[in-house]
Amino acid sequence: MEPTEADLIAAVLRGETAKFEPLVGKYSPRVFATARRYARRESEVEDIAQEVWAKAFQKLASYRGEAPFEHWLMRLTVRTCYDFLRAHQRNREKNFSELSDAEGDWLDRCVKQPESIEEDAEAARQLVNRILEQLSPQARLVITLLEIEDKSVKEIANLTGWSVPLVKVRAFRARAQMRKILLKIAKDKYL
Amino acid sequence: MNVVDLEKKLIRVARQNRPSDNVPYAFEKRIIAFLRPLPTPDCWGLWAGALWRAAVPCLALMLILTAWSLAPGWKSSTSDSLSQDMDNTVLAAIDQEQATELPE
Repeated sequence: MEPTEADLIAAVLRGETAKFEPLVGKYSPRVFATARRYARRESEVEDIAQEVWAKAFQKLASYRGEAPFEHWLMRLTVRTCYDFLRAHQRNREKNFSELSDAEGDWLDRCVKQPESIEEDAEAARQLVNRILEQLSPQARLVITLLEIEDKSVKEIANLTGWSVPLVKVRAFRARAQMRKILLKIAKDKYL
Repeated sequence: MNVVDLEKKLIRVARQNRPSDNVPYAFEKRIIAFLRPLPTPDCWGLWAGALWRAAVPCLALMLILTAWSLAPGWKSSTSDSLSQDMDNTVLAAIDQEQATELPE
């Protein structure tokens, strides 16, 4: 009979570090998928994942077992990703550089044929990533969680540790910030 | 261009492109190696090590002092005994005081 998560956690807390390995193996895919939303380079993604697991190990005693371990871990992951965004804030491109040909073509098609946007999703994905990189860490986190991952305001508050009104305010500001960037792109391209 | 529409489309594209959940090979092994606590220090071992390290300088000091005490020039003092030397040293201040008071 395989040990339960609670058994594994109790064993780790008793000092059996090796019992942490099944937990790392089970939840790393989710940690990596989340980290890849915020970091571009694979080395950065691995650094985030490693930091998440190091924090999880150090703070394991604070996990009370009231909620599933996965929820507790995802809170830690989101907060680590936010710390990463804040730490790398200065490295963000200050100005939106020229659109690539593929991105420009996608934008043209988007304007001319609003219904068909499925073609060349790679260009669209690159454009989205570049826009997200222009956002402040708070705005990027809120847009990613609220709009892309489709989480509720309450879930975001739980994940980030912000209050519900604060999440709403930050979501409003994030959308405004995103529209401003889009307007700038449109202005540069079409005016 | 309608910015709100464009924003919605971009969000839709972002939703469709879920990031990969691939984990590097043996990542969990690496994490466990990283997390494995350092061996706890053995207090008796540390104490024994310190003693062994101190033994060599102590021995060297002892040999130097022995050699110095056995050296031919060691008894350079003119007095007969160590106790006499000690008395002279301790009482030197009093002797000097008496010597200065005598002329009066």
